[in-house]
Amino acid sequence: MKRFSRLVTELDSTTKSSAKQAALASYFREADPADGAWAVAIFTGRRLKRVVPYKELRALASEASGLPEWLVRECHSAVGDLSETISLILPRPQKGDDAPERTLTDIFEQRIRPMQRTDTSGKARILRESWSELDADERYVFHKLISGNFRIGVQKRSVVRALAEAFEVDPGVMAHRLSGRFEPTPEAFDALKAPEGEDPGSDAARPYPFYLASPIETLLGTGASSTDTVPVETIEAQLGPAWGWIAEWKWDGIRAQLIRRDGLGSDSIHRAMLWSRGEEEIAESFPEILSAASELPHGTVLDGEIVAFEHGSPLPFQALQRRLQRKQREALLFQDVPVVFMAYDVLEHEGEDLRERPLSERLEVLNRLLDRAQSDLLRRSEPVEHSTWEELERARSESRERNVEGLMLKLADSPYRVGRVRGDWWKWKVEPYTLDAVMVGAQLGHGRRASLFTDYTFALWDRDPQDEAAALVPIAKAYSGLTNQEIKSVDKFVRDHTVARHGPTRTVEPEMVFELAFEGIQESSRHKSGLALRFPRMARIRSDKTPEQADTMATARALLEYHRSPPGLSR
Amino acid sequence: MAKLLVEPTEKGLWCESACVHVDPWRPVEAAVVTHGHADHATPGCGRYIASPETASILRIRYGIKAPIDELAPGEFRDVGSARVSLHPAGHILGSTQVRIEASGSVTVVTGDYKTDPDPTCTPFECVECDALLTESTFGLPAFKWPSDADVFDAVNRWWRGNVEQGMNSVVFAYSLGKAQRVLAGVDASIGPILVHGAVDNMLAPYHEAGIGLPETRKALVEAAKESAGRALIIAPPSAAGTPWMRKFTPCSTAFASGWMAVRGTRRWRAVDRGFVISDHADWDGLLDTVQRSGAKFVGVTHGYTRQFSRYLRDELGIDAEPVATRYSGEGESESEDEQVPSKQVPASGGAS
Ligand SMILES: [Zn+2]
Ligand SMILES: [Zn+2]
Repeated sequence: MKRFSRLVTELDSTTKSSAKQAALASYFREADPADGAWAVAIFTGRRLKRVVPYKELRALASEASGLPEWLVRECHSAVGDLSETISLILPRPQKGDDAPERTLTDIFEQRIRPMQRTDTSGKARILRESWSELDADERYVFHKLISGNFRIGVQKRSVVRALAEAFEVDPGVMAHRLSGRFEPTPEAFDALKAPEGEDPGSDAARPYPFYLASPIETLLGTGASSTDTVPVETIEAQLGPAWGWIAEWKWDGIRAQLIRRDGLGSDSIHRAMLWSRGEEEIAESFPEILSAASELPHGTVLDGEIVAFEHGSPLPFQALQRRLQRKQREALLFQDVPVVFMAYDVLEHEGEDLRERPLSERLEVLNRLLDRAQSDLLRRSEPVEHSTWEELERARSESRERNVEGLMLKLADSPYRVGRVRGDWWKWKVEPYTLDAVMVGAQLGHGRRASLFTDYTFALWDRDPQDEAAALVPIAKAYSGLTNQEIKSVDKFVRDHTVARHGPTRTVEPEMVFELAFEGIQESSRHKSGLALRFPRMARIRSDKTPEQADTMATARALLEYHRSPPGLSR
Repeated sequence: MAKLLVEPTEKGLWCESACVHVDPWRPVEAAVVTHGHADHATPGCGRYIASPETASILRIRYGIKAPIDELAPGEFRDVGSARVSLHPAGHILGSTQVRIEASGSVTVVTGDYKTDPDPTCTPFECVECDALLTESTFGLPAFKWPSDADVFDAVNRWWRGNVEQGMNSVVFAYSLGKAQRVLAGVDASIGPILVHGAVDNMLAPYHEAGIGLPETRKALVEAAKESAGRALIIAPPSAAGTPWMRKFTPCSTAFASGWMAVRGTRRWRAVDRGFVISDHADWDGLLDTVQRSGAKFVGVTHGYTRQFSRYLRDELGIDAEPVATRYSGEGESESEDEQVPSKQVPASGGAS
């Protein structure tokens, strides 16, 4: 645990990804396989369950430190991170030099696992025991592990590269080995060390690493924001003639890999497997797609998008969300929200890895497969025919009416790459929706922004702001989109204009107006406003606007109507 | 009920019975100055009372020509209808607390102070009183300082490691007090030590007072060239991210401050290392001082005033409340002294 907490401190104390990668690689090289396996599981974001709720943790820390709870909360608000706060306020450990050193594996097997199986008082006992033998840095890591929130600013990509570096394997191969399920066992860790080409017993459910498209706005160079428009001339100048590119609609759904391999299971829905882009198994929510896939030949892996789809056109994303939220298979809901798998690539055919073949060739294989499968649920994401960029731009302008997010551009002769490699795949989205909203609250950030107010709450007027009774209704929270410089100035504004504090959150005077950009809007019973914005972010600070010039709820509802039934789309 | 013999006004803490201000932030007729940091010392007053070391800092640093009544710590002086004396505060060279005795009651204004040992100044001395005005820059139990030995061990190891890799080591430390404390604590046998001009300017009062500091050179281009890859450079935080830094690349950077106890501020500073070296008392130091002073009333200023005074009231049953002074209110810019992180604006370019 000492070595692991030192690693966490090293990762924590640098912002350079090369330094992070070097620290990780040296850890993995030295690590005992059992500890290494746990470290891989932690850093690749395998969900850690919250073992002790924050409130309980805080109460126990208060008791162990002899400090009143209000003071622990004040410390939390000053430090910005509960795990760290508690590690700082507890008395120093009384451990003698002969106390046995606990490994990371010990912590999981002898502390965290038993905690999962016991009641509150049992948890409290194990916590106290752990506190008495861990130093401040180890406690910090321990708290992170049991609170199910281990965000320490390491990208999965750096972890893959560090492992590749440590074990001298190609990063693409390592990414593949880490895809899908990963059990934190010494065997699994040792399997990562195998020389290239000698992959030990591969798992029938293992997906390939996804290839991710880059936003076309990045063609404009650094500093461009996602709300900037990219002129067709720029696209042409940088990507070359349009005929070299395959264009498809960018579906508003869930990116997924559909795997059909023998060895997965025998009954119809268990012969296939669905992985989301975040490498979560999402098969349970979409049994009809699995059934359809069971007819595909053994050794098939398709890349595509699960889309809510009815009468030949897609439904808004919120429909799909409803399916994901229900874990149980509710036949009724499944009928209510029909889905299809919109396939756009094939990564494996008859057990052979096709990723190095050109896209145009893969698409021929895909067409043949889907023709043979003859399923309404497995559809081909048809290319958008074009000969010039202008034609594509026109097509893209119809996106909203078609309930799609824009276009995907893929180089016709490109291989299927690993991760976000710029150059072969671009997403050319439609401009997002925007609203001008007033900031009414703020919250401290996380990780490297823990001492700054970075997460803001925004509100719209419930009626014409000239009306004396007009009030602001919170509509969204957003934390991205600002530059560091802007964050600093907003942070200062928050501190100077706080009207009330509630723990780490503040209510501020409604003075600053922000342009919020978002991908969609939907009804929501969980929000006071009755509306929820999808992926809201701050497009800019509207210092030119007074709060009275911000938008009203009526404007937002008009957007909702538009989103629900865009003009020109009969359904 | 014993209350303070000083009260906050818009110019500073006013002591009626002595007819003086303590650490005024605007020019006044007569000022008692606890120490030479800019948030405590204001030029332009009619006359000053300060310790001899502080007097020399006031002259060198602020060019003060007005008469300064040099009052040695422990010596008494009748001022107005009050008796005034100064007592070591252990914060920086020359720093003192102010003890005021009038109409049978004693008030102590601590100024900035720390209770941990520091080779560059006289150790803190606890003074009994009826009413205490204490600072609380680090008035939360999350702040507990490691021992000097451990911290300087880490500093030396870091410096040595950088030398092995052919890198310079840059420590950001406030130019008056912190910089000299770092100088006094490091192992000068590791390599040459260079100092920024702002730090160099503040060495004179220390030499004058006979404080033993290792040999240093001004961090000019020539010196940087001669000691490249081995040097320890001490610079004020405002130098971070400026072109001045270029002559030291490749280098590893560190920040020396009590705030470095918190990961968030460490990251925010965007330095490679954070060393927890504070010139203010930590939670235990503050509590210990309050209890040993025997004060019946405690005013709290600077930093976590609301939290610290509530703890004294609710948990220890001591009559306590926050006292608003400029240092706990609107600090405009980063001074050379430690402030709460909200006011810690990183130097330009230092935190991207
Ligand atoms: Zn000071
Ligand atoms: Zn101060």
